[in-house]
Amino acid sequence: MASELISVRNLRVSFGSDAGTAKVLDGVDLAIRAGEIRGLVGESGCGKTTLARAILGILPRNSARIESGEIRFGGRDLLTLPESALASEVRGREIVYIPQDPSTAFNPVFTIGTQIDDLMRFKSPLLRGGADDRQGFFNSYPRERRAADRARVLELLRLVQLPNPEAVLRKYPHEVSGGQRQRLMIAMALLPEPKLVIADEPTTALDVTVQAQILKLLKQLARERGVAVLFTTHDLGAAYEICDRITVMYAGQEVEEAPVDGFFERPSHPYTRKLLDSLPSSEAGIRGIAGEIPRLIDPPPGCRFHPRCERATGICRTERPPPEAVDALHSVRCHHRLSATEPAS
Amino acid sequence: MKTLVLIVNRLIWFFPTVLGLLAIVFFISHVIPADPAAFVAGENATPETIAAIRARLGLDQPLHIQFVRYIEAILEGDMGRSIFTGRPVAEDLMSRLPATLELTLVTIVVASLIGIPLGVVSALKRNSWLDHALRVVTIAGLAIASFWFAILLQLLFSMRLGITPLSGRIEGWGPEPITGFYVIDALILWDMEILWDALHHMILPVATLALPAAATIVRFTRAGVLNALESNYVLYETAMGYPRRLVIWKYVLRNALIGTVTQIGLIFGILLAGAVVVEAVFDWPGLGLFAVNAILSSDYNAVMGFTLIAGTMFIVVNLVVDILQGMIDPRETR
Amino acid sequence: MRRVLRKLAEDRAAMLGLALIVLLVLAAIFAPWLSTHPGDVAEFHTARRLSPPGPENWLGTDRMGSDIYSRLLFGARITITIAVTAITIAVIIGVPIGLVAGYYEGLGSDLLMRVSDIFLAVPQIVLAIAIAQTLGPSIENVILALSATYWPFWARLVYAETRSIKNEPFVEAAIALGCSPLRVMVLHILPSISSSIIVRTTIGMGGTILTAATLGFLGLGPPPPTPEWGRTIAESREFLPMAWWYAAFPGLAIFMVVMGFNLLGDGLRDVLDPRLRRAGQHGK
Ligand SMILES: Nc1ncnc2c1ncn2[C@@H]1O[C@H](COP(=O)(O)OP(=O)(O)O)[C@@H](O)[C@H]1O
Ligand code: SF4
Ligand SMILES: [Mg+2]
Repeated sequence: MASELISVRNLRVSFGSDAGTAKVLDGVDLAIRAGEIRGLVGESGCGKTTLARAILGILPRNSARIESGEIRFGGRDLLTLPESALASEVRGREIVYIPQDPSTAFNPVFTIGTQIDDLMRFKSPLLRGGADDRQGFFNSYPRERRAADRARVLELLRLVQLPNPEAVLRKYPHEVSGGQRQRLMIAMALLPEPKLVIADEPTTALDVTVQAQILKLLKQLARERGVAVLFTTHDLGAAYEICDRITVMYAGQEVEEAPVDGFFERPSHPYTRKLLDSLPSSEAGIRGIAGEIPRLIDPPPGCRFHPRCERATGICRTERPPPEAVDALHSVRCHHRLSATEPAS
Repeated sequence: MKTLVLIVNRLIWFFPTVLGLLAIVFFISHVIPADPAAFVAGENATPETIAAIRARLGLDQPLHIQFVRYIEAILEGDMGRSIFTGRPVAEDLMSRLPATLELTLVTIVVASLIGIPLGVVSALKRNSWLDHALRVVTIAGLAIASFWFAILLQLLFSMRLGITPLSGRIEGWGPEPITGFYVIDALILWDMEILWDALHHMILPVATLALPAAATIVRFTRAGVLNALESNYVLYETAMGYPRRLVIWKYVLRNALIGTVTQIGLIFGILLAGAVVVEAVFDWPGLGLFAVNAILSSDYNAVMGFTLIAGTMFIVVNLVVDILQGMIDPRETR
Repeated sequence: MRRVLRKLAEDRAAMLGLALIVLLVLAAIFAPWLSTHPGDVAEFHTARRLSPPGPENWLGTDRMGSDIYSRLLFGARITITIAVTAITIAVIIGVPIGLVAGYYEGLGSDLLMRVSDIFLAVPQIVLAIAIAQTLGPSIENVILALSATYWPFWARLVYAETRSIKNEPFVEAAIALGCSPLRVMVLHILPSISSSIIVRTTIGMGGTILTAATLGFLGLGPPPPTPEWGRTIAESREFLPMAWWYAAFPGLAIFMVVMGFNLLGDGLRDVLDPRLRRAGQHGK
């Protein structure tokens, strides 16, 4: 599709360890349009972070291996791009990152201002196409650009509702609160005027009361700028709050993708249905999902959900279901998908 | 303000520690020996001298009174007389202090200049042949007896090849001491000949001392860098496309160095210990050589004076390092 | 345990270290049989003094004409005796102090730790020099000086480890079950911190041997004609550069043994205590 900003196709990633090779991503497909806010939902350990890091090209080098696939972005395959090009042209420019834990993502021994300065020195939108668009340690930081960048920084810090931005810049990371740190992370993500923000569980480490504010802020700023967001979470409620579309992942396979409404109204994958059923609600209370996530070292063949699926048949054990359209916007990977009218199991 | 609190906090422990050191030295010199006066008087002393010393030191008094007297004397700078030089020990020690300080300071600089980059590279190229080689070399550097290494260097470079001076700090008498640090004095006098000569004499002693010091620095820097490389902030910086060189030589290094600075106190201890034998081998007229001569001539006051000075210097250095670390590590609040 | 041993066996550097230590022990035990001139610890042959390495004297002879190879073998006995005894005493003093101070909280504990801090605040060799000078040169006094200066290392280590695991569930469970403090310390805490103690002790052996050799070099070790390695090197200085073997081989012996303990200690630490290797530099 032409309007796709990024498209991940058939991505397989495995982690080697003493115990064996864990096949953590197993043929993942994912496409995000420009300006779209996409939720990536799944239980902890299903591979959300791995997918996010694969897109950024920051998987741990000594243990992770990309077995197959491509990640198309801006007409290029990020997986074949050399590391130097990725670092200078993609990361921090086109694709940015908001980490899970803002308290450890800041460098503890430099002021926030220093860290933002260095970001702008190399990633400022004013650099785009400019003559000094090179990377290097001793690159000059021309005074005019520095002043202009500084103005942008202060403006954005105001937009993320940080009180007294000048003072914040002089502080060390441990001197500001967790919520403020995450606001700073959002600001830093938007400063380079990227096309895609990868926010890996950006609120999990925060207080519940702060979570909602941060999400609202992220959504609002992304919308205003038309930036696409890949938002990973295990919290369906949070996904509902801010996403346009949701992709559900199970044990390294994406299983269903739908617009938010369709997702909550017509879940078509048995796993999605169970996820929704496990949500605390007035009638059902909290119900866990029976069974355990499979070991990824020797994962179940075919549909990885089959050991826990009540609808599983022979074909589920041998073949991974192809994506099927539920409607124009909604697709699911299941040999025996639920129809809209079916009651909860 | 924060710095002041920090300094006061560290100073609170400084005085009890020095008092503890005095107690240990007192115990060793006054309580352990059957007749301390005989020790102080030296091997060839007559019974009369010994008796005189016994009376002067108040050795017939109860121990606690002796201890108080001992501390009073130390506070007045009185560490007794050296049998060997006939001068007050405190004066002897002070006149030899610059030589040792110059040696150790130059060594720390040299060892850091070598050790820090090697530690960083070793961590960056983890498990490469270079890393393995450095591991063996650093372990070896800490396993070599300094006095032996010093002798080997002297044997090869001074005796066989004749390219370094055999011993001493300088040819002839050296400049009239201004600071007592020849390098600094030479610079003040702007006398390049003296400067060159002083540096030339320093090569082998510094090389000997720098080996274990650099080995320690390499190991700590490596550990610190590895620690930092696995941290979340490096992951974030990488994800945001900060240039790799900036991440390593600015962000990672500063974190790793905070750990290494702490080790400089420890390294100073290694150097001070090393100085004793290295100065003896190279006839370097510092505290160490003074101590060795004192040991050989059973110059008891001098040995105890040296222990006290060396211990105090070590405590002071650790205090300074502690304060320094508190100042460069913004998280340190205590 | 078996896993630990297997991993250690895969570490070639650690195995080399172990081999060097075994070599030292064998040399010490079988010194009278391995040496070519067993009598040379006390006898001299002035006619042969300062002869270079050759078929008669493999590593040459010293100023008395005694066989250096044979003296080195007997010197290994002194080294082992000093290091093992001194470290054993240091462990016997340091570990209980650390355990008790770590287990109980209060003024007494603080005081104990302060005392060991003060000992640690003086370079070991300096303190050892003062003690050895006071006591006079002999093997026993070297041992005393070393154990008196080294015990705080174990006290500090055990104190910190005890503090950190004291609130672990298994320790609290033992206390709740009514085990006496002594029982908790010896049967529950001590075993789980033993790997740190083993690592520290192995590395400490190397350091102790170096310090002992330094004392010997300074003339504070066992008196002649004891074939102590450090003293031998000191003696050799008069005869340099001619009699290079006189200085070279004893130093090499010291180096090999200390290297052995350091390599083994490094390998043990990697296997037993990976936490230490990556230990945070900042945790204050
Ligand atoms: N560095 C790694 N080495 C080995 N296995 C890893 C590593 N990182 C993640 N994994 C494994 O990959 C799987 C997915 O992890 P992750 O992507 O972090 O999941 P999520 O973010 O959805 O919780 C987990 O089973 C995890 O154990
Ligand atoms: S493909 Fe089969 S096993 Fe997988 S979810 Fe659908 S029914 Fe269940
Ligand atoms: Mg995750």
